[in-house]
Amino acid sequence: MPELTITAPRDVPFIDISREFDAPRDLVYRAYIDPELLAQWLGPRRLEMRVDRWDPVDGGAWRYVHVEKDGTEYGFHGVFHGKPSPDGIVQTFEFEGAPGHVSLDSLLLEERDGKTVIHTHSVYQSVEARDAMVQAGMADGLREGFDRLEELLGRLVPVG
Amino acid sequence: MPSDQLSTVFGALADPTRRAILARLMEGDLTVGELRSPFAVSQPAISRHLKVLEGAGLISRTKRATARLSHLEAAPLMEATAWLARYREYWDESFERLDELLATLQRRPGQ
Repeated sequence: MPELTITAPRDVPFIDISREFDAPRDLVYRAYIDPELLAQWLGPRRLEMRVDRWDPVDGGAWRYVHVEKDGTEYGFHGVFHGKPSPDGIVQTFEFEGAPGHVSLDSLLLEERDGKTVIHTHSVYQSVEARDAMVQAGMADGLREGFDRLEELLGRLVPVG
Repeated sequence: MPSDQLSTVFGALADPTRRAILARLMEGDLTVGELRSPFAVSQPAISRHLKVLEGAGLISRTKRATARLSHLEAAPLMEATAWLARYREYWDESFERLDELLATLQRRPGQ
């Protein structure tokens, strides 16, 4: 499986992600921009994905919800800025569980030898807001075991 | 864990000597002298590193007779790892599903 790279520098409120896909750029773009397709892949398998609104035009709003089996909902919403294209999709992002912490996310698709690399760059209001946001994603508790410790110590800690 | 404490933990982990110290403490409690031996640094330098680790809650120190023992505290480390691990899990799983969807879409051109 292609490697997922996540960078979260310690001193600046950014998170960068990149990952390669074995598909042409237009198709990857479609899988993101078409809400019916988006709902088929975004989020963990155990959660049901419901797209309430997805209007990928300049100023268009979006909202989707991840639903747990017990009915618990995690909502996210924001607005698209600028006309989305494979060269750039810019949108604000807010987790409704941490209201007021808004990030500015940009996504671009790079064509590389018939494959496509997704790059995302998220800018948070502060390092604290970024850390709180990512931590909010840990709502159902800490499941990671001590076995990750070796990995953490061996590898460069993802703080840049 | 409050996010400022998490930053302290990450700050403490950013140094390779401190990570090496933690790795050695996984084997058991050690004195400053014992900790110092594999490193080409002075005892005061090791003590400074221990102070940072203690401040981040990554180790605790106890006095036994004349020696001061350093002890690895697992909880903050686990939280620090979980911080990005959960985020990574979310995207790993999403992108795996996207791989599958893209493969399906390519088998059905025009749809």
